Amino acid sequence: MSTYAQKKGFGAVLWDYLTTVDHKKIAILYLIAGGFFFILGGLEALFIRIQLAVPNNDFVSAGFYNEILTMHGTTMIFLAAMPLVFAFMNAVMPLQIGARDVAFPFLNSLGFWLFFFGGVFLNLSWFLGGAPDAGWTSYASLAMASETHGIDFYALGLQISGAGTLIGGINFLVTIVNMRAPGMTYMRMPMFTWATFVTSALILFAFPPLTVGLFLLIFDRMFGSNFFDVANGGNTIIWEHLFWIFGHPEVYILILPAFGIFSEIFAIFSRKRLFGYSSMVFATVLIGFLGFMVWAHHMFTTGLGPIANAIFAVATMAIAVPTGIKIFNWMFTMWGGSIKFTTPMLWAVAFIPSFVAGGVTGVMLASAAADYQYHDSYFVVAHFHYVIVGGVVFALFAGAHLYWPKMFGTMLNETLGKVTFWLFLIGFHLTFFIQHFLGLMGMPRRIFTFLPGQGLETGNLISSIGAIFMAIATIVLLINVIMTQVKNEKVGNDPWGDGRTLEWAIASPPPFYNFKQLPLVRGLDAYWLEKMEGKNGMTPAEPLGDIHMPNNSFIPFVISLGLFIAAFGAMYRAETSWGLLVLILGMAVTLGAMFVRSIKDDHGFHIHKEDLMDDDNDKGVKA
Amino acid sequence: MANQQPSSGNPRVDVAYRRKKSAEEMRYQIVSFTLMIFLTIVAFVAVGYEGFSGWFTVPFILLLAVVQVIFQLYYFMHMSHKGHEAPALFLYSGVVVGAVTILAFTTIIWW
Ligand code: HEM
Ligand SMILES: [Cu+2]
Repeated sequence: MSTYAQKKGFGAVLWDYLTTVDHKKIAILYLIAGGFFFILGGLEALFIRIQLAVPNNDFVSAGFYNEILTMHGTTMIFLAAMPLVFAFMNAVMPLQIGARDVAFPFLNSLGFWLFFFGGVFLNLSWFLGGAPDAGWTSYASLAMASETHGIDFYALGLQISGAGTLIGGINFLVTIVNMRAPGMTYMRMPMFTWATFVTSALILFAFPPLTVGLFLLIFDRMFGSNFFDVANGGNTIIWEHLFWIFGHPEVYILILPAFGIFSEIFAIFSRKRLFGYSSMVFATVLIGFLGFMVWAHHMFTTGLGPIANAIFAVATMAIAVPTGIKIFNWMFTMWGGSIKFTTPMLWAVAFIPSFVAGGVTGVMLASAAADYQYHDSYFVVAHFHYVIVGGVVFALFAGAHLYWPKMFGTMLNETLGKVTFWLFLIGFHLTFFIQHFLGLMGMPRRIFTFLPGQGLETGNLISSIGAIFMAIATIVLLINVIMTQVKNEKVGNDPWGDGRTLEWAIASPPPFYNFKQLPLVRGLDAYWLEKMEGKNGMTPAEPLGDIHMPNNSFIPFVISLGLFIAAFGAMYRAETSWGLLVLILGMAVTLGAMFVRSIKDDHGFHIHKEDLMDDDNDKGVKA
Repeated sequence: MANQQPSSGNPRVDVAYRRKKSAEEMRYQIVSFTLMIFLTIVAFVAVGYEGFSGWFTVPFILLLAVVQVIFQLYYFMHMSHKGHEAPALFLYSGVVVGAVTILAFTTIIWW
């Protein structure tokens, strides 16, 4: 097995990652791919802010601005935030519940490669005639009128990567239901695991509507159907509903894992048990449930009628209640704790006021009558950036610092971490706070330029300056990552010194089988409990025995590659002679790979007891 | 997995218990199978009988269909057994989400 080899050539490492089914390596793949798309989306954001820095700017043309704007939103939500969240869920959740891997390691790998090929496909649109330009929401009336292949790239790319996300979500659900270590009851699960659980359930229910919507769009644009064509009896509003039935749960799919990461951070660095654990669980589940009842608050101005608007307004405001419960619990966790202001803790503390500001504007937007004023203005842009950046992105930065040692075995530099934090925090508020007022002053969202003399110059300039701060902060983080990897100083099991949950009880990074013996969980914060009783590790729940492990496989890559090829065929089918052939060829690759997978028995392999005993002495050094 | 323990220390107790359990299970299976055949016949009769109008027949066979689905899930797919709480929860959540969607489409989009 690969992990026994100490030094490997680049080719071997590459092959290992292309075929890996290990949740820890898949987490690293998600981190790298998500990080790449995050930088791409960030560059697009910079272009947007350069264009809007001064009135009447011609840095980009109106049409190109639409493409950049659309790709910024789409990339950030689907290709950056989601995979980065998945990176932490993959890296941490199986360790937190004391499992040796996720329930379906093969599917885990398939999920990643589908996401990756979908993302690459979407971004190839830049080179093949133009990116999508109907906004990340791709409302059908705009999308159907778009002349380039951009929207086709959007629909097909998201369809592929969405399948990967759905697979990942189901995998996490089964893992948490079936693979908790002995003693790990539901009410002893760490908050991040709970967040992963509810998030995965949201993925399970929210992605099918998107799949349906995207298929309707694909059929309309590429295969001559008329679902959204009003002239032929279709209805464009159907897209809006399908999109938001997915879209609102999607924003909670992003924020719940962020809440989970912060819950861990507050407890660890306040060195106190999370305040109100059971109410936290309750609030998380309730948010997940309510998240499905509010989608039409994005459509108040489409003319749903006063009754529907009122119902959705009240339901939306109700979500603020469980969210408030969580905010207070975090503050009470810090209350009386002995707080250590490490980099992750700084992000967590800054998250509270930033996110609350976003929540407050959310409730303002939820008043349907008032939303007629706010809708499609920069006020909405400010709202969702306060919740998504102030919530999700802060959590991703915090989580990167917190879990870096667990994922790579090295600590990111704390000083540089704090530099990143302050630059980003300042940049974030500079950029987005002023946008509330730009919106209230009447600046519509999604415009490519504005005129001088309307009072919008100063606000936009400040906003653009803020973006530069955030860009520098990100560069500092990248430097930090490179420096840390070059120095390569390995750390022990519990580098923060205050780890509470199971992942801190084993080596950083853990051996590929995670737990030599499954741990016995005796309560919430299982590792902390043992430490408080003076033990230096978990009590095993089973005798040392052979461990069954899955084999690596290249098939997930091939399945995803086939769909990637087929997508090109579907797109060019109508206008070229080879399109249909490519479509069939791609599907043949995918189905062929699936066929091979189902007829070829792969029983995996066993790590023998004797080998496990042998490396007792040098544990902690293997990846 | 190599480390799994048998569920009971005494294998013979286990077998006796299981046998009893299986017999019981078999009885349920047969009863519900008969019921399902019966319901299917009723559905056919309802459609075939001239005296019922479509306004009665359609809702009636839909109702029978729902009953059959429940039988299917609980008796043939063992959802009545212990340890199926999680699948049941997700099934019902899915039904709720689907129902809300249909409700919204039928009330605020189409009519
Ligand atoms: C207290 C909780 C929240 C409330 C009451 C709320 C309410 C709203 C409302 C009413 C809108 C529609 C505004 C309009 O288009 O006129 C909106 C937009 C939006 N919200 Fe929230 N929201 C909340 C939390 C969140 C969270 C946690 C996120 C993401 C992590 C989020 C992300 C978004 C996004 C992305 C949009 C804009 C979508 C678009 O049109 O492109 N919201 N929110
Ligand atoms: Cu929403």
